[in-house]
Amino acid sequence: MTAAALPSAPPRSRRRWKQPSILPGFPLAMGWTLTWLGLIVVLPLTALILRPWELGVGGVWATLTEPRVLAALRLSFGAAALAALTNLPLGLLVAWTLTRYEFPGRRIVDAIVDLPFALPTAVAGIALTALYAPTGPLGAPLAAAGIQVAYTPVGIYLALMFIGLPFVVRTVQPVLQDLDREVEEAAQTLGATHLQRFALVILPAVLPALISGFSLAFARAVGEYGSVIFIAGNMPLKSEIAPLLIVIKLEQYDYAGAAAVGLAMLVISFGALLAVNGLQLLLARRGRA
Amino acid sequence: MNPAVRLPGFAPLMLLGALAVLGLLIVLPLGVVFQQALSQGLGRYLEPLTHPDSLAAIRLTLLVAAISVPLNAVFGVAAAWAIARFEFRGKSLLVTFIDLPFSMSPVVSGLVWVLLFGAQGWFGPWLMEHNVKIIFATSGLVLATVLVTLPFVARELIPLMQDQGADEEAAALTLGAGGWTTFRRVTLPNIRWALLYGVLLCNARAMGEFGAVSVVSGSIRGQTTTLPLHVEVLYNDYEFVGAFAAASVLAGLGLVTLVLKSFLEWRHSGELSASRRH
Repeated sequence: MTAAALPSAPPRSRRRWKQPSILPGFPLAMGWTLTWLGLIVVLPLTALILRPWELGVGGVWATLTEPRVLAALRLSFGAAALAALTNLPLGLLVAWTLTRYEFPGRRIVDAIVDLPFALPTAVAGIALTALYAPTGPLGAPLAAAGIQVAYTPVGIYLALMFIGLPFVVRTVQPVLQDLDREVEEAAQTLGATHLQRFALVILPAVLPALISGFSLAFARAVGEYGSVIFIAGNMPLKSEIAPLLIVIKLEQYDYAGAAAVGLAMLVISFGALLAVNGLQLLLARRGRA
Repeated sequence: MNPAVRLPGFAPLMLLGALAVLGLLIVLPLGVVFQQALSQGLGRYLEPLTHPDSLAAIRLTLLVAAISVPLNAVFGVAAAWAIARFEFRGKSLLVTFIDLPFSMSPVVSGLVWVLLFGAQGWFGPWLMEHNVKIIFATSGLVLATVLVTLPFVARELIPLMQDQGADEEAAALTLGAGGWTTFRRVTLPNIRWALLYGVLLCNARAMGEFGAVSVVSGSIRGQTTTLPLHVEVLYNDYEFVGAFAAASVLAGLGLVTLVLKSFLEWRHSGELSASRRH
């Protein structure tokens, strides 16, 4: 207990890995954390990163440029981006309503927003399919209007909107809550219209949160499986998502090919998120200037 | 300060729009689950639920969650203790690794275990020699579930414990309490609601997980099908009433989770991490 004799933190040492503390348990807590992370996250991820190369660089390239793989990656990332984009105005509307208006049942409506988090994805998948199938309660009138939703990419887009909406609402909501009303009121006193107040006061304030919400919804949607495969129809080259292709390759015992698609998804997601973070930094810098 | 006064004409329209979005996109699918499950009467609803395969699926789901959730709860507490109570280099890298499973596709979270322990996995031949089965067995389901739900408890505890600071624990130690006593009598009471909140979310995901477990399960009826996988098996067999009946059990679980979660946010908001306070 020599450390207990030094209640105030000693001067920072540049060479020390960990700053001294009077609290016990660091070796145990850190040891357990690292062991568990190593076994559950790092070891499996190492397999994902290394195994595709059993095919050789050329083999990985050949796998990723198969028309079916390319189509699946394009569909997964395209539909995810489109769904997350659509969720921006919808999520903003819901967050606005929940923070600005007092109405009976507001608490319940607020709780309902999280339902896509709590509902198992397979349940959402078969429910959306039943709704939008050509014979379903919403699918039938839509089919009469010439729009087929289930078993087409439109259905995939819809399922991804379902799972992405709470991410946008929950990132925008706290920002709207904290937004200083006096700034809006000042704008109003100075003669700003509704539209001007929205575009020049509110939107710039919530834009960073909207971007975070977009990236969270997008990241979740890219890898989504359970809520999509039932409604997708899963037609090769048309409505087959990338995660499904991994499952198909595994069923054919093409482990390296499956790992290649999985690794490609991870790398593209990572790149996309880096780009979004970059955009956010750019906005923050412009805001300060 | 009535906002409705400041936005005449707009407020009801916006409210209506928001309710329409939530109703169409979120509430309607939930309603359809129960409507379809009960479409042929209560008898037809209960019949598939009492089938031995369904009961086995429910039992397996409970078993997998009962193993995975405590493991990740212990991990979450250990990680939060190390991260929120000590200053060390590489902390943000460690946090990134803890968050990583959230940005992985569920299918990839299953795939990685097949790459390690499948027939052609790194350890596959060794496991085969020693007659140990992980893929297409309960242990594989547990591994996939543990990976998918790893961040839940840690993510609730880390920001809360960082907010609370170490003063109370330091005081207890200075007064002569031992390490474990301090943890049990000071830390645990301070974090119990956040811990429960994390366990709740972790459990909901563990019981509802589909993609990751479907990759490692092989869907052997009555043996390796959890309840969400059982939904798929029934659905693909055109047993729609049965599929929706099983789905309604899972939807019920989701609703209970939602109610408990809202209750914690409402009743114990001060003892949850700041982002959970409404």
